[in-house]
Amino acid sequence: MAKLNMVQAINLALSQEMAKDKDVLLLGQDIGVDGGVFRLTEGLLEKYGKERVIDTPLAESAIIGTSIGMAMAGLKPVCEMQFSGFSYLMMGQFEAHATRMRARTHGQLTVPMVIRMPFGGGVRALEHHSESREILYAHLPGAKVVIPSGPRNARALLVAAIRDPDPVVFMEPKHSYRAFREEVPETEEVMELGKAQVVQEGTDLTLISWGAMMRPTLKAAAEIEKNRGVSIEIIDLLSIAPLDYHTFTTSVQKTGRCVVVQEAPRSFGVSSEVVARINDEAFLYLEAPVGRLTGYDVVTPYFGREKSYLPNAARVSRAIEQTLDY
Amino acid sequence: MPRKPIAKFTVEHLQILDEKGKLDAKLDPGLSEKEMVEMYRWMRLARELDERMLKLQRQGRLGTFPPNTGQEAISIPIALRMQEKDWFVGAFRELGGRLVRGEPLTSTLYYYNGWEEGNIQPNKEMRIIPTSVVIGCQIEHAAGLAYAARYKGEDAAAVCFIGDGGTSEGDFHEGLNFAAAWKAPVVYVVQNNQWAISIPRAAQTASQTIAQKGIAFDMPVLQVDGNDPLAVTVAIDEALARARAGEGPSLIEAVTYRLMMHTTADDPTKYRGKEEEDVAWTKEPLIRTRKYLDKKGYWDDAKEEALMAEVKAKVEAAVKEFETEKDWQQDEPFRHVYGTEHANITEQHQDFLANVAREAK
Repeated sequence: MAKLNMVQAINLALSQEMAKDKDVLLLGQDIGVDGGVFRLTEGLLEKYGKERVIDTPLAESAIIGTSIGMAMAGLKPVCEMQFSGFSYLMMGQFEAHATRMRARTHGQLTVPMVIRMPFGGGVRALEHHSESREILYAHLPGAKVVIPSGPRNARALLVAAIRDPDPVVFMEPKHSYRAFREEVPETEEVMELGKAQVVQEGTDLTLISWGAMMRPTLKAAAEIEKNRGVSIEIIDLLSIAPLDYHTFTTSVQKTGRCVVVQEAPRSFGVSSEVVARINDEAFLYLEAPVGRLTGYDVVTPYFGREKSYLPNAARVSRAIEQTLDY
Repeated sequence: MPRKPIAKFTVEHLQILDEKGKLDAKLDPGLSEKEMVEMYRWMRLARELDERMLKLQRQGRLGTFPPNTGQEAISIPIALRMQEKDWFVGAFRELGGRLVRGEPLTSTLYYYNGWEEGNIQPNKEMRIIPTSVVIGCQIEHAAGLAYAARYKGEDAAAVCFIGDGGTSEGDFHEGLNFAAAWKAPVVYVVQNNQWAISIPRAAQTASQTIAQKGIAFDMPVLQVDGNDPLAVTVAIDEALARARAGEGPSLIEAVTYRLMMHTTADDPTKYRGKEEEDVAWTKEPLIRTRKYLDKKGYWDDAKEEALMAEVKAKVEAAVKEFETEKDWQQDEPFRHVYGTEHANITEQHQDFLANVAREAK
């Protein structure tokens, strides 16, 4: 096993799947010769050639639109949106065709493709480079939305996404790209899509998050467990759509208390859906209202103000304490 | 240093059979009697189905649909020149071409009466992409289909239809650019019928021709009389030959006229005069094709009468089958959200079935 960061782990997944299946090909801006703006696809052009690692012209809609055509013809395109902030230009193609073709033809034509995109804040980047908009894609029936939180699950989830029969939006928390390393086995590892993971079992409170927010969440949980002697169950959603609500509603039935941590703006976000599902399935078990720590409903500020707007471990701790003390 | 021109372009127009049935014999592609008669038979069938659909719609037996009348000389000759492995990527005014490709007459009736079943082809290998209601998306799909065909080593091309309005969409420019940059085996056919709902061609673009838009992407382009099936045949033959030879995409502008409304939901008298429609009716494609057949001695009134009886019977049979009760299930959409099973869908499926069962009581 090698210790890899998330960039290296994703590169490993891409390379191994391309070696295994010649129908897998990559499309994106600057992914070939340049190896991607995050150097994530480095080395793949040399290994697999320009027919399979396609440096496309600069047009997000056409990257997705042409990939939809390739996928209908039986290929498995893995596209890169250079930043999630540019991905809205492809929303028309994605909503109108990628997510609908299976339903439109009752499965005669399908669109198995992956759209990778770095997203989220914390890297002091330009405007449009720091948002968390997973809910825009998660709201579309037919779409799958996956968000890894570390190198190891990023690799295993991406392999599953590439092999999946449906369009998968694979959102990579770029704050975690090089933030830490994990042991990632060279041999194949696949995680099932649509499944949340209980990363730590506990009895007093369920703490739910995903993506880059997992790190402050874990840090806050460890502190509070130490300071107050409580036991916290921690769940990493991993798949935003379809959402594995049974895993967290079952957990809340056990703990009676819950806090959800989300980087995205508060209203109409994933946390809203999580609270609604808890209301459906675990209402009678609740000892306190479900706590939410989220971003604010403001236009994402430039990075001069970024730090004060992002949820952090101190704020997660406070949200946990409030829910415990209710 | 003086300024000097570094690139010059021209756009050609091709007409072989004019509206009076006059033929330019030098340009005649020389289709056989069998080929010409077959083409005319498809045109009659498509016209008959289109006219019948309008009646059905007015009688409340069919939903809103976009009539095809007057544009038969574009998609029909093109589909007749395509090979089995080629992809047919329609917009939504290619009824005749779809029929030629083997789509049953009933499919278009199901589709425009609100059933996804109209998109399901008798088999997947027919390579017909469903209608893209959102204008222009299919332009990019065609480039991807063509790329995939070449990647897989197939001797196949994609033929993609667009309307004049569709050429204003960003996807038109992005799609043509990708196709050209990749030298993908694809042919783009713009059915310039002069009207995008209420917007006339002159208001749609300042370009002198639509064909010239392809020149920006370094594609061979040709403007043809889209009511002339011979000109369309020559254009598609040339373009498909280039695609198959690895020379990349082409753009054909087929100039025609939308004789009917955009869809049955609008009224053209609000935005255009009857005079221009009257003139357009004298140029429609079936009249001149019939004249051609007559002059060649391939056709006569008795054959016409027999053909009309035949197409009416075919359309009648299709309508009868269309209106026969189906066992299509209301819960079908739940089976096609994903290719994998998920509790979210399974549970809502059960809830839906329970609701339907309660309401049936």
